[in-house]
Amino acid sequence: MQFGIFSVSDITTDPTTGQTPSEGQRIKDIVTIAKHAEEVGLDVFALGEHHNEPFFSSSPTTTLAYIAAQTSTLQLSTATTLITTNDPVKIAEDFAMLQHLSDGRVDLTLGRGNTGPVYPWFGKDIRAGIPLAIENYALLHQLWREHTVDWQGKFRTPLQSFTSTPRPLDEIPPFVWHGSIRSPEIAEQAAFYGDGFFANHIFWPASHTARMIALYRERFAHYGHGDPDQAIVGLGGQVFMRKNSQDAVKEFRPYFNNAPVYGHGPSMEDFTRETPLTVGSPQEVIDRTLGFRDYVGDYQRQLFLMDHAGLPVKTVLEQLDLLGAEVVPVLRKEFAALKPAHVPDAPTHESLLAAKKVNA
Amino acid sequence: MNQRSLAVVSAGLSQPSSTRLLADQISAAAVSRAAADGIQLTVTVIELRDLAHDIANHLLTGFPPAALKDAIETVEAADGLVAVTPIFTASYSGLFKSFFDVLDKDALADKPVVIAATAGTARHSLTLEHALRPLFAYLRAAVVPTAVFAASDDWGADSADGTLRSRIDRAAAELTREISRRDSVSVTDPFALTVNFEDLLKNP
Repeated sequence: MQFGIFSVSDITTDPTTGQTPSEGQRIKDIVTIAKHAEEVGLDVFALGEHHNEPFFSSSPTTTLAYIAAQTSTLQLSTATTLITTNDPVKIAEDFAMLQHLSDGRVDLTLGRGNTGPVYPWFGKDIRAGIPLAIENYALLHQLWREHTVDWQGKFRTPLQSFTSTPRPLDEIPPFVWHGSIRSPEIAEQAAFYGDGFFANHIFWPASHTARMIALYRERFAHYGHGDPDQAIVGLGGQVFMRKNSQDAVKEFRPYFNNAPVYGHGPSMEDFTRETPLTVGSPQEVIDRTLGFRDYVGDYQRQLFLMDHAGLPVKTVLEQLDLLGAEVVPVLRKEFAALKPAHVPDAPTHESLLAAKKVNA
Repeated sequence: MNQRSLAVVSAGLSQPSSTRLLADQISAAAVSRAAADGIQLTVTVIELRDLAHDIANHLLTGFPPAALKDAIETVEAADGLVAVTPIFTASYSGLFKSFFDVLDKDALADKPVVIAATAGTARHSLTLEHALRPLFAYLRAAVVPTAVFAASDDWGADSADGTLRSRIDRAAAELTREISRRDSVSVTDPFALTVNFEDLLKNP
């Protein structure tokens, strides 16, 4: 099982100090955070994509390539790459490029983006979100698998004798996860292609995540990719830890209360009960995270959101220390002991290359 | 006996509230009217005061906490609805509107609804016609012709002539008639998969 962190790249004022990092500082900090993720033994770093303030990450492959150059084992991913407003041709090119530079340490998570005003900036319409995701991915899928592509669709200019360059590393496209909070069509899309499905798992109750994953698993089997429990599932998660539970609660509360999205809304206690957020000791995080398996089954990837809501970089790095030293080693052992042999790991370039050689 | 369900949404804030009192009188009248027509009407009352924090949280987080989720599902699944609000500043209360704001836009489609309101003075009575009726018309609800308004006067001795009572009975009769001529409500699941991928791909 893969463990890692994901960042939405928000630039938020620290509510306890009133300090707001500059864009430049926050961008440098994210590199420090990603490198530290590898240092503490995590497997994955995933970065979001946004085209509006207060977020900095408009160009994730640039950032990930820079991180790739300074790491050696870290799997680089996204959370999410906008399949609606990006040109699928550019996604095909950018991520194949990143694959080569990082020696295959790349996968990506596709999402639609839920910020209405962003769509028209890129000549698109949020009301066509699902059709855009369907058509654009169909083209992306084809560009990575066929050398010369003739293509015509509704949303972009036709292609005649087009070859996306560079070709995917070893002719193996990056593994794709499809992320969605609430659209069954996206679970269906992931199932159809036999791709992974990543549930945000932060903003909505666990019961909802369980439903979406169950649908994905059922449809994954329907399309002949294996048994339902062999589908590739990833979950988000959100934690804040200190050795003593009460210290975690006290320290995180002002960040929670002022956080974008849910701040000034439910109490931290309500939100902890209603969603998978865990604020407490490392042991509480371990117990809660192991419990995710009870409602989604054996799964392949667990990413935690750590650097948001104005938390200072020093605190984020301390959180990573706790995650790497006290939480993930236990989770690795416990999840591995529970997982039956026929449940696969998340595909990596290495595993896909090995499978290709066996099949050749 | 034919079983049907009635949801009652009351946005009264004080306890006891005249808004809840009016809601109870309308639902009681509907129950007895329905019983006379061979229909057993099961009533579930939703007090929005109890859900005020949940409604605000839903607006902020995008998902309903458990108690609000139950209330929304009760309204969606009901065969009829009685919606009662106090008049605040020339319209329905903000809490009342916020509850209907977090309902799915199709949740009330073709659902028989009685609209009702309370206020301190009869001068607010047409608020039902210029504020509540358009709101429910937008939601494509089947609002019955009689809307019930009760001012402070209507609860006093001066109203012994029973005009409020007669309006309640008329609205209840209209509601029961609309419920009885419809099939029981079947709720569609917004997260159910209704397409298969080959069709999506062919016609994005």
